[in-house]
Amino acid sequence: MSEYKISDNLAVSESGFLFMANSGESFTVNETGRFIINNLKENKSEEEILSLLTNEFDIDIDTAQRDFDEFLTLLRNLKLVEEL
Amino acid sequence: MTKKRYEKPIILKQHSGMMNKFGSTQTFRPITKIDDVEIDSLTEKFGSPLFVFSEKQIREKYRKLNKIFKTRYPKVRFAWSYKTNYLSAICSIYHQEGSWAEVVSEFEYDKARDLGVKGENIIFNGPFKSESALEKAIREKALIHIDHFDELYSIMEITEKIDLTANVAIRVNMDTGIYPPWNRFGFNYENGEAMLALKRIIHDERLELKGLHTHIGTYIMSAEPYRQATLKLVDLAKEIYDNYNVRLEYIDLGGGFPSNNTLKGQYLEAEQLLPTYEDYADAITSALFELNLPSDELPVLTLETGRALIDDSGYLITSVFATKRLSTGKQALIMDAGVNYLFTSYWFNHKVVPTKEISGFTENTIVYGPLCMNIDVIRDDVVLPVMHKGDKLVVLYVGAYSVTQWMQFISLRPNVVLITEEGDVELIRAAETNENITEQERLPEKLSDFTLTD
Repeated sequence: MSEYKISDNLAVSESGFLFMANSGESFTVNETGRFIINNLKENKSEEEILSLLTNEFDIDIDTAQRDFDEFLTLLRNLKLVEEL
Repeated sequence: MTKKRYEKPIILKQHSGMMNKFGSTQTFRPITKIDDVEIDSLTEKFGSPLFVFSEKQIREKYRKLNKIFKTRYPKVRFAWSYKTNYLSAICSIYHQEGSWAEVVSEFEYDKARDLGVKGENIIFNGPFKSESALEKAIREKALIHIDHFDELYSIMEITEKIDLTANVAIRVNMDTGIYPPWNRFGFNYENGEAMLALKRIIHDERLELKGLHTHIGTYIMSAEPYRQATLKLVDLAKEIYDNYNVRLEYIDLGGGFPSNNTLKGQYLEAEQLLPTYEDYADAITSALFELNLPSDELPVLTLETGRALIDDSGYLITSVFATKRLSTGKQALIMDAGVNYLFTSYWFNHKVVPTKEISGFTENTIVYGPLCMNIDVIRDDVVLPVMHKGDKLVVLYVGAYSVTQWMQFISLRPNVVLITEEGDVELIRAAETNENITEQERLPEKLSDFTLTD
């Protein structure tokens, strides 16, 4: 179960374009960012997401953890995520 | 299964209707090599940060500029501006190309002599020439460009004392239409001071007036001030000839041509904004022909170009020591090189380029140096790809002033290498050691022992 909740109003396209339906704001994410957001939308936990990330991409768990934390900060700043 | 290439996750908010009015595009062509030498191999062997100079590019640029002027004027001489970069290897490349030495201190004068430049091929500029330096320059027949009357009187006294003649010129300052005018150095043209100094020189039998010199400023972004400056020196030259029958051997227009670096506050990049070197050459040489002299009687045009010759041939490779997000979400990089090695980043928006292929996802980034000081910023806002710890950036166009104005501040200065025309990598200045710095210190005996508090 995820510790974070991505806004239900956030639509994510295959190309990495994000649209917030209620505010009209739009965003772009890179491939790893989209990967994390999609998994957060599927209510995966942080641990699960990190495991999936390190399986899919050529990255060690410590770096992935650090970058995940940083990405969460960005999502919080943009008010796209809330902690449960 | 082969895993996908990883890039740090990033999200950027899109701002519609806030496009840059100049519509500039930010494209990244990573630099992986300098003159066919892999950047990774350079840092593996010589560490990071690392200054890299390209002999091939230095020579090509010199020959290009030399050709531009020589195809417009029959007698052209370049004098390498030591203060721009006085590493022995760099100076020697210019001397091999035929450049004289242009120095502004006794330290630089001695350096040129140690490299094998004869005194008669040294132009001695600057407002601060000690008596010992002047005497040496007089004895060795250097060309002394006099900056003020006190210096002129000193030279008169020394020549009388040692009973030798001195080869001299004067530096002239003038209104060339640029603001602020550089009137700190030399004798003023408009108020007659320059002519007065020339008269004093001409009437002293121990002073040989060889030329006139001006240096109208630095990073001059228009050719017209050079034309104005040349016309004023031509006017002085005519007056000297008409009134005193003295023919000058040379007219020295100094330097000040810009490089490809972009000044802070400029919207457009330097390449889009600056006149060509041909424009500068046209402005200067066409004005020199106003002397109305036959070709063989024309004075030599001397140029002390520094920045324009060397800047583009110097690179600084620097590594990302840490990445962080500012509270605004902006990407911040902490590099292993800062303003201590790049004094020039105070006035230039240095071009910084990644050394690896990237996904194309870019964001506004602030590039910090390693110093524990708020002013240590290489670029306060530059579009860069997502960067990771250990990634490298190359700072372009850092050949001028970087390795002369760099500071030894809380850390040691790094290696400097030269990629030769043959593709070899030569160490031309070794990284400093603690001993290099502390060997100059002396610790009083009474301070050699202490007991710290608990």
